[in-house]
Amino acid sequence: MKDFLQIIFTTQFGYSVLRVTTPILFAALAALVSDRAGVINIALEGIMLITALTGVLFSTWFHSAWLGLLMAVIMGTLTGMLLGYFHLKLKTNVILAAVALNLLASGGTIFVLYLIAGDKGISSSLASLTLPKITIPLLDKIPVLGPILSGHNVLTYFALLSVFLMHYFIYKTPMGMRIRAVGENPEAADSVGIGVKKTQFIALAMSGMIASFGGAYMSMGYVSWFSRDMTAGRGFIALAAEAMGGATPIGSFLASLLFGFFDALSNSLQLLRVPAEFVQMIPYVATVVGLVLYTAAKRNQYQRMLIKIGRQLEPEK
Amino acid sequence: MPDDAMLRMEKITKVYPNGIVANNEVDFSIRKGEIHALVGENGAGKSTLMRILFGLEESQKGRILLNGTEIKNESPHIAIANGIGMVHQHFMLVPSLTVAENMILGVEPKKGLRIDLQKAIKDTRALAEKYNLAVDPLAKVQFLSVGIKQKVEILKALYRGAEILILDEPTAVLTPQETKELFSELKLLKKQGNTIIFISHKLHEVKELCDRVTIMRNGRIKGTFNTADVTPTDISRLMVGRDVILEVEKDAAKPKEIVLSVTNLVMANDLGQRAVKGVSFQVRKGEILGIAGVEGNGQRELVKGVTGLERIAHGEVTILGESINRKAIKEIRNLGTCHIPEDRMTYGVAKEMTIEQNVLADKYDSQDYTGRILTKPRAIRDLSQKLVEEYQIKCSSPLQEVGMLSGGNIQKVVVAREFSTNPQLIIADQPTRGIDVGSTEFIRNRLVELRDEDSAVMLVSADLNEVLELSDSLIVMYEGEITAFFEDASKVSEEELGLYMLGIKHQTPEEIGGIVYEK
Ligand SMILES: Nc1ncnc2c1ncn2[C@@H]1O[C@H](COP(=O)(O)OP(=O)(O)OP(=O)(O)O)[C@@H](O)[C@H]1O
Ligand SMILES: [Mg+2]
Repeated sequence: MKDFLQIIFTTQFGYSVLRVTTPILFAALAALVSDRAGVINIALEGIMLITALTGVLFSTWFHSAWLGLLMAVIMGTLTGMLLGYFHLKLKTNVILAAVALNLLASGGTIFVLYLIAGDKGISSSLASLTLPKITIPLLDKIPVLGPILSGHNVLTYFALLSVFLMHYFIYKTPMGMRIRAVGENPEAADSVGIGVKKTQFIALAMSGMIASFGGAYMSMGYVSWFSRDMTAGRGFIALAAEAMGGATPIGSFLASLLFGFFDALSNSLQLLRVPAEFVQMIPYVATVVGLVLYTAAKRNQYQRMLIKIGRQLEPEK
Repeated sequence: MPDDAMLRMEKITKVYPNGIVANNEVDFSIRKGEIHALVGENGAGKSTLMRILFGLEESQKGRILLNGTEIKNESPHIAIANGIGMVHQHFMLVPSLTVAENMILGVEPKKGLRIDLQKAIKDTRALAEKYNLAVDPLAKVQFLSVGIKQKVEILKALYRGAEILILDEPTAVLTPQETKELFSELKLLKKQGNTIIFISHKLHEVKELCDRVTIMRNGRIKGTFNTADVTPTDISRLMVGRDVILEVEKDAAKPKEIVLSVTNLVMANDLGQRAVKGVSFQVRKGEILGIAGVEGNGQRELVKGVTGLERIAHGEVTILGESINRKAIKEIRNLGTCHIPEDRMTYGVAKEMTIEQNVLADKYDSQDYTGRILTKPRAIRDLSQKLVEEYQIKCSSPLQEVGMLSGGNIQKVVVAREFSTNPQLIIADQPTRGIDVGSTEFIRNRLVELRDEDSAVMLVSADLNEVLELSDSLIVMYEGEITAFFEDASKVSEEELGLYMLGIKHQTPEEIGGIVYEK
């Protein structure tokens, strides 16, 4: 127990929470934008895998991490559009199309990796680059906060900024309002001349774009290589985070942070003598438990409301 | 033909993909500055014709002329640009947005990247003032009453520059007071030069409000008249092809034992506030108890409590002596309860399923329709065919999707299903909303018949006429409480009822206590 607390109450642990939250947060925001438009995007996992590989390949070829990122973002946007094309134009079920994309991504990335790097597991033979870390002047001098908040990958800061950008976009801009309207009452949107399918297509493209930052971060920040199935379910955990966050940017951020905490915990606990299999299970168990507690709390709230309403009556009579 | 028409629809023919001819060579024209009524039975094609005009539906044949030049309304966008606005039978608002945001949706004023909300609010206020339609621009739409939502819909159309306003059954969901308000607003709009197309099944409204009336039947136009020249009886004869008697003939009730007993019921609404505040009453076999009240005074929550749709916060409901507080809806139904819900699209039907599947929904597990392993298709087909005929549901076959039926015919599907189980207790919530005169007559008579066959009926209706006409005894709800009980509904006048509904009068607890026959 003492070891356990020693692990949690360190600045390294705080730093690593933010580090592992980053990809979940990007994916949760990606889930949010499409969910708000009424099309759930469960292809986030696949999109992150594809873009993680894209980043590695192009940063190797172009000798530039930034161009690698750019290509990853383009690729992610295109994959989101592809999902939109399947669902909105060809009218396939959006869940089935996304499952197909996920399977394709899992196998396809290994195939491409093998073709190019000659390895089915990891891209270490490629001289891929990583995006820079940023030390924030002044902040890094503050004790405790400095080591936790400073020195992160540039994408980690961008993820935090994205929470506010997303908030602004969804609640303040015309397009954001249209997305919300389409998700909530498509017929109403249609009757005022807003193209429902067009809006959903844009939302899916945006979703793919945002997820691709998460993918690029995985292979060009979190670690400096691509390995098979390296996203390890983060695209799905993000869906849970978005749901728990009530489909709001701030809520999704807090929920992502919670899942990030457990992810970091599982990383740190590997230092202790806890079986590795158990430790690796933690983020996923936390997801399930989190969702269960969340619904239980909602139910509880409802019960309490009923009791309160029922009780108020008696003193009056 | 003398051309005093502002808008003219010529030879419009619309065949839906399932082969239903909803409009057949329809000629329809309106003059500038008039209020023009469009009436007809359920499924006559009124909504379809208007949806074509508004660009939501495409006709196979025909053309539309606006001030003499042909226009092609291929989408609502274009129709709006041509100055046509529509308020739909089912509201088209986004519940989580505010009034102002709903107003500007699709035509947002911008300031830099963001929506210029201040301007939206200012514009909404100005418009509301100009047309005397009082709304709060900052209120969230989900918390508004239907009456206010309607105003928002009208303002929305006006904001987009509508000069011709289509209102599809706007009064179906309004209380008498709200209807009165709406009429004076519409008359003001007319005075300011707007043109209005008004669809309604309530013929006295047509008579009161409109200048001219066009009657449709079976997808065709039966004629256009000055409302001054025709009586409601004339209109309904042209609509239905026979005389309609809306007065229900019934003998005095012979109430027997108690079926439904509600004791000190407390219910919460969606916002977690107390909406039903300790209500007690009983309904007996062989009688119709009417529940009158302005909408939003707890009737909805009361019905939800009695039918098991929402949990009861306090008090008890028993049906035939059995408490239903902890029972599932299926168990409550098995006690012999049936329910015609107020909101047919949410609680009444599964839109994507066929008529047959919908009428089977509450009896699929009965031995009549399911053998040990498989269903009995023959018996099911017989049932659905019988009901379609009996209730005159206008459809291509019982296998048609319910979502494709006209509003009134959807209601008939619900009623047919609910009445076909020999119910002990009927909870009828606005049973004839949106139904044409012919079918209204039918459903009302059917309710009385079922009463005579010893069903207990609890009737909730915002239609004063209906409550007074059908009920044997009557209670009034105001702000979640029962404020009056009339043992003999036929002795109550509309005016008196109105006073109780508005909370101006209030009976003593002893008088109200009369509705509990035995403890
Ligand atoms: N989307 C659709 N697909 C197929 N048939 C339809 C569709 N919408 C309506 N219909 C059919 O077209 C006919 C006319 O329907 P419409 O909704 O225009 O009637 P209405 O006059 O508005 O009736 P109500 O008074 O009940 O609202 C009906 O028989 C209906 O079943
Ligand atoms: Mg209609």
